[in-house]
Amino acid sequence: MKNVLEAIGRPVLRLLEGVGRFFELLGQTIRGFFLPPYQISMTAKQVVRVGVDSVPVVFLTALFTGGVLALQTFKGFQRFHAEGYIGSVVALSMLRELGPVLTGLMVTGRAGSAMAAELGSMRVTEQIDALVSLATDPVQYLFVPRVLASIIVAPMLVVLADVTGILGGYVVAVQYLGANPVVYMNNTFQFLSMEDMTSGLIKAAVFGLLFSMIGCQTGYDTKGGAEGVGTSTTSAVVLGSLAILIADFFLTKVLF
Amino acid sequence: MAGVPAIRLRGVTKAFGPKVVLDHLDLAVEKGESLVLLGQSGIGKSVLLKHVVGLLKPDAGSVEIDGEDLWAVSARERDVLRRKFGMSFQEGALFDSMSVGENIAFPLVRHTKQTKKEIADRVAECLELVRLPGTEDKRPSELSGGMRRRVGFARAIALQPQILLFDEPTTGLDPITTDVLVRVIEEMRRKLNPTAITITHDLKVAFAIADRVGLLAHGKIEIEMTPKEFEASADPRVAAFVKGDSELSPPELEPERRPGVSPAAAPPV
Repeated sequence: MKNVLEAIGRPVLRLLEGVGRFFELLGQTIRGFFLPPYQISMTAKQVVRVGVDSVPVVFLTALFTGGVLALQTFKGFQRFHAEGYIGSVVALSMLRELGPVLTGLMVTGRAGSAMAAELGSMRVTEQIDALVSLATDPVQYLFVPRVLASIIVAPMLVVLADVTGILGGYVVAVQYLGANPVVYMNNTFQFLSMEDMTSGLIKAAVFGLLFSMIGCQTGYDTKGGAEGVGTSTTSAVVLGSLAILIADFFLTKVLF
Repeated sequence: MAGVPAIRLRGVTKAFGPKVVLDHLDLAVEKGESLVLLGQSGIGKSVLLKHVVGLLKPDAGSVEIDGEDLWAVSARERDVLRRKFGMSFQEGALFDSMSVGENIAFPLVRHTKQTKKEIADRVAECLELVRLPGTEDKRPSELSGGMRRRVGFARAIALQPQILLFDEPTTGLDPITTDVLVRVIEEMRRKLNPTAITITHDLKVAFAIADRVGLLAHGKIEIEMTPKEFEASADPRVAAFVKGDSELSPPELEPERRPGVSPAAAPPV
């Protein structure tokens, strides 16, 4: 009985410890946003790394997702002669759900893991200790530019994903399924409201905060050598993706 | 505050899990003094050094820098105290995303309002002091182990600190490079007259740069004496160290090794 309780208790304690550590570091990061020195050039560098460098992967993901959505919707809607509404379904799905979530997951795999690997190798080679010894707050120096850049660029990437997804759907519907281009475009925007867009962007900013904080946290708390860095990188992707999917559910409940 | 030691540790205790590494350790280092700490691997020398600079927080006891308790002040004030330090790490711990010049300029850019020209001049001066002139544009990955440590020295002295800490500055280096590093340390001491704590296993290095030698064992500084006294000491613990003879070493001096318990397992500050 004791063993069973221990087996349940240990991972629960570890989870609570990790969540507590997340909020501790989040507090330090938010404080760091407002304290000098302001690291504008480092934030700009991260905007390029997280944002600009993610454009190809987000573009391709959204393009094919939009296309697949059009194909799948056509199959279903054809059964009750509602093919005309494919555009609306593609646009609504992309803006409200798929744009933010897929972008969040893809950027977690690209940038969140890179953050964990970079900070992890800095930890094991004593570079983070060196920062402290040089009277520099490592959380402010390392976390703030990455988290700030991610919160800024994630919504921008989502706008790109939304537009590309709608484009992918349009190409498949018009070129492959023979839909009328004018009717398709009209239907695409007919049922859209500003809220669909803003809710997606709010989600994106929250996802940006989550994947960057988790990437930085797992890297910063790396233990051991090269193996530890590998574990941190994997954890950054797994925990970051889970956090995005869980947060997506609660945000959808709150925002709609 | 005349008479206040530059560094004072009072009753510092630190445990990692069940393993007590530092046990009510007391230490005082006077201004301008050079203390070399000896002790077997895994005995807690690096842990002690990390306490001095505030990289680790003691479980009990206090660490005072110029009479100010490092852990009784705010994080910002602690960073101000840390500006008195220059710390050189075992493998240099250079920021590999920056060039050599950017590494040395880092503390100057963060903590001073110097112009780019002044910073470049200071970087060149520091590189001159560590005998690596003109290497500003090199990347840390292009440097040898000894060069990386010298760049680490240069970064540590950029702000002209009052206290220098060296974590095994010559371990794993050939005798000639070791000699170069010893000369660099001597020159840095002559020019800056800092308070210094050096950790080393190399007795030649210790005797060359120390005003006082301390032997760490059982979580405490068990022996403190001048290099000459240390060399001539009949104490079995010292004799074992000087002669490098494990037969002479009292068994209780051996550090206790437990799997999974190491300073590396310490939570980051």
